[in-house]
Amino acid sequence: MYFEKIADVVRSHLSLDESIQITPETSLKDMKIDSLDVIEIIMKIEDCFEIEIPDEKLNEFRNLGDIAEYIKSVKESL
Amino acid sequence: MSGSSEKRRVAVTGMGCVTPFGIGRHTFFDNLIAGNPAVSLISSFDTSGFKTKIAAEIKNFDPDPYFPKSETRRMNRFTQFAAVAAKDAIIDSGIDLEKLDKNRFGIVLGTGFGGISTTLEQHKILLERGANRVSPFCVPMMIPNMAAGTLSILFGAKGANETVSTACASSSHAIAAAARLIQAGEADVMICGGSEAPLNPLVLAAFSSMKALSVRNNEPEKASRPFDKNRDGFVMGEGSGILILESFEHAVSRNADIYAELAGTGSSADAFHITSPDPDGLGAKNAMKSALCEAGISKVDLIMAHGTGTLANDTTETKAIKAVFGENAYKTPVVSIKSMLGHTLGSAAAFEAIAAVSSIISGVIPPTINLENPDTECDLDYVPNFARKAGTKIVLTNSFGFGGQNSALVFKAAK
Repeated sequence: MYFEKIADVVRSHLSLDESIQITPETSLKDMKIDSLDVIEIIMKIEDCFEIEIPDEKLNEFRNLGDIAEYIKSVKESL
Repeated sequence: MSGSSEKRRVAVTGMGCVTPFGIGRHTFFDNLIAGNPAVSLISSFDTSGFKTKIAAEIKNFDPDPYFPKSETRRMNRFTQFAAVAAKDAIIDSGIDLEKLDKNRFGIVLGTGFGGISTTLEQHKILLERGANRVSPFCVPMMIPNMAAGTLSILFGAKGANETVSTACASSSHAIAAAARLIQAGEADVMICGGSEAPLNPLVLAAFSSMKALSVRNNEPEKASRPFDKNRDGFVMGEGSGILILESFEHAVSRNADIYAELAGTGSSADAFHITSPDPDGLGAKNAMKSALCEAGISKVDLIMAHGTGTLANDTTETKAIKAVFGENAYKTPVVSIKSMLGHTLGSAAAFEAIAAVSSIISGVIPPTINLENPDTECDLDYVPNFARKAGTKIVLTNSFGFGGQNSALVFKAAK
């Protein structure tokens, strides 16, 4: 559920069509987008889940699956 | 700048625009010739509580057929306008970008307000949701130089890249600056002109507070009435006008269709008041005189007026024209296309330049519409209400910005 929502945010922000696959292994760094887009996508993910991801966490995420895991751990610890 | 033989001549070889009439110079000029007003009730935001509820809006603008969404979503509306107008102008010019020396291909654009809608949207987010919710795209979308910067990226133009902001004269000064780079041999091809997207509640309220805007809300199409006795202010508009300037040598070498020559430019300051024009029109007069001097001429076939429809502009501009041309002023058609397009501020002069060159190409002078009862102090030939056939060869355009910053351009038929 967390990953699907994140994938939706990324797909919508980048106007990606359905033919482009987004998997938990997909990394924002590999998507040929610049740092401004990465920041904006993270902000949209934060808005979507109503949480704030600390800046230092961002460097630890290897892919979208890691972001989903992190959000899951935060949400389910509340 | 005075006329000297060593300066390279500057050709106009392409024109593009995004206006309330649509995209492209033919649509633009056909509507001007038809005397069509672009002014209507504002639909993009709620004008309850505003004295002025009208503008010349570009409705249903969609940049997506021209550029991928991945590019346009990072652009403020004024940059989107400029990008589409520039693409239109480049296509019109027939230039093959692949064959250009990109280091001698530059851009100078004018804008008054830049990406102000982004500034306002993000300020609202700052106040309502906090500092951490402000978009990382806020700065690149709001800064006024980003239209010129974006165009360089889109078209690979690696030469001079500048932005001019002189309020309502911005795009005239931008065209002049681009011409100087070509004259000086620093560039072969320049994209120039201006873009403005000022239609938001703040700018409307701000001009309204100055009593600068027409409040003829019950008759929007009749609200912009330059030189008319019953004019009551200007009507805001939006859009982008772009010209491709090129050295004659470069244009000839690629067999380009040269629409006109930009033969003279003039720039001056009123040094009088932050918003009111010098009542004697001295700054306006000096700008016109220096443009004519550089072009080496004393008479023109048409004056594309600043003609805003404010009480102060139209009388002082008329006075300044008389001071420059003497008795000939009465024999020279003076037109305000703002009567149809409203006042698009930082892009207004680019539209007037395109209209001037279009008049040279077609031999037709567009009208000043809504001129029913001329002001007694406005007693020149303003080509009231109906277009006129004339062998237009030389056109002077006038642009005057708040701050008393004036610019004039002289276009003439290319021989």
